[in-house]
Amino acid sequence: METAIEVKGLIKNYEEITAVNHINFEVRKGEIFGFLGPNGAGKTTTIRILTGVIKPDSGTATIRDYSILKEPLKAKQIMSVVPEMANAYIDLTAWQNLMLIGELYGVSKKKRQERAHHLLKEFKLYERRNHLARGFSKGMKQKLILCMALLTEPQVLFLDEPTSGLDVESARLIRDTIRQINKDGTTIFLSTHNMEEANKLCDRIAIINHGKIAAIDSPENLRMKSSSLKSVEVSFIKPVLVNELSRIPNVTEAKKIGDKIRLYTDEPHSVINSLTDYARSKGLTIVSLNTLAPTLEDVFIKLIKEHRGD
Amino acid sequence: MPKYQFLEQLERAFAIAKKDLRIYYKRGPVVIFGLIMPLFLFLAFSIGRSMPVEQLFTGLLAMTIFFSSMSIGPAIVPFEARSRTLERLISAPVSVWAIFIGDVIASFVYGLLISTVPLIIGLALGVNMGNSLVLCLGVILAALCFASFGVLLSAYPPTDVPSTVMMISNLVKFPLVFISGVFIPIQGWGRIIASISPLTYFTDLVNYCTQGNSYYSVFVDFIALIGFTLLFLMVAIKIHEKTLPERL
Repeated sequence: METAIEVKGLIKNYEEITAVNHINFEVRKGEIFGFLGPNGAGKTTTIRILTGVIKPDSGTATIRDYSILKEPLKAKQIMSVVPEMANAYIDLTAWQNLMLIGELYGVSKKKRQERAHHLLKEFKLYERRNHLARGFSKGMKQKLILCMALLTEPQVLFLDEPTSGLDVESARLIRDTIRQINKDGTTIFLSTHNMEEANKLCDRIAIINHGKIAAIDSPENLRMKSSSLKSVEVSFIKPVLVNELSRIPNVTEAKKIGDKIRLYTDEPHSVINSLTDYARSKGLTIVSLNTLAPTLEDVFIKLIKEHRGD
Repeated sequence: MPKYQFLEQLERAFAIAKKDLRIYYKRGPVVIFGLIMPLFLFLAFSIGRSMPVEQLFTGLLAMTIFFSSMSIGPAIVPFEARSRTLERLISAPVSVWAIFIGDVIASFVYGLLISTVPLIIGLALGVNMGNSLVLCLGVILAALCFASFGVLLSAYPPTDVPSTVMMISNLVKFPLVFISGVFIPIQGWGRIIASISPLTYFTDLVNYCTQGNSYYSVFVDFIALIGFTLLFLMVAIKIHEKTLPERL
């Protein structure tokens, strides 16, 4: 399969802090690649290096066939960025912002006007096209920035926390757009805090912590690899002591979650049998009993903890 | 760099200039230091003095073009760094030199437009413009030279606080006005100091056109303005290239 982004031995230091520490990964052409990590893990630094905003101290990064270090203009020509912080020109109108981007990427006047009309209508900003971006809400600004990124029809699109702080409707519109443009052939590099978003959108995910890649795989494989995070969730008609349930054989951890108790285990069947025995012996009625596969969030927290050496 | 790529980058520099003009011409620091300041300085020098109208015209034109051409340039980079639009420009397929050439073009156009005001006033007052071709060429070169100087002044320190840049810029601009013979002709050893200021050569050119007397030849004035422009441009782009990552 063709490669859209190739990163080899990337290192970036800020004085005594190593923001990105010798990372390697590949993003395949046409996939949605999620980039997950806690705050300060190195996500934004990596995106800034890949988009040619800052230079790494060592290592290489290639976008399609172009090295971002040796041929930055050619690499930038085929990609677009939706940065974490809104950065449309607030003293320009939505239309002027789009025309500026078209001119900076060398898009012909006719084409940039056609694309701008189409995108502004699609993102429901057309009526506000002659208004200064200064008066736009956060959601509208984010939609405008996405329009600016899509105007050039990029082969590779970098999105840094694109739905952060948005209302549900705007976030959904942006997710639907990401799916659609990916379907049309654009490779997506998505940095996000939102596990659910990554789970629903991404073909593969890289988890980064302290500047190092902790894991790369599909969301499903990451979940399956963390079998110790399988759990059984139970609730009884009367409250019970969590400590008592944590002593059930094969239970690694017990947590009270609302009116339920979640028991983490490698052997859900054995735990279910033990729970029914426990209920019978105590004369309790089981209200609900579910087996749960690990969520991506569980996997993420586990990997980050392992990486930290907790 | 191949010719087509150079022209492509130049086209993008013009797009940046268009954006700069749209956004920055009405910003407070640009209006205060580009229009109001030279007007007050002119009034401070001229009120109550019996100066020939040609000398007043030289002063007004030199001050206007000097201050207005240098007003947008220093403001752009710190404003853009603060609003995080600088990152947007750097992630676009535009060379660093093209970004700053765009800023120079914007300052140049602004300076040129504003300089038409004293030119019209001069014509209305019946100032003899002498060789108007030399004067027009001089105005164009001076606007370009001072626009490059303005962009150079924003190169260091790499701050995102526009007032810091404006303060440094004024610290450099005011002494230059006094050593360049804008209102009071410089004589003796003062000429040696005056020769390090690009404003001296423009003032000399205007004196030649309106009063027929100049210290340097027209050729020297033109060469000096071209030389200063190239020097300011090259140094500005070099320093900006180095300091740009610190602004992000």
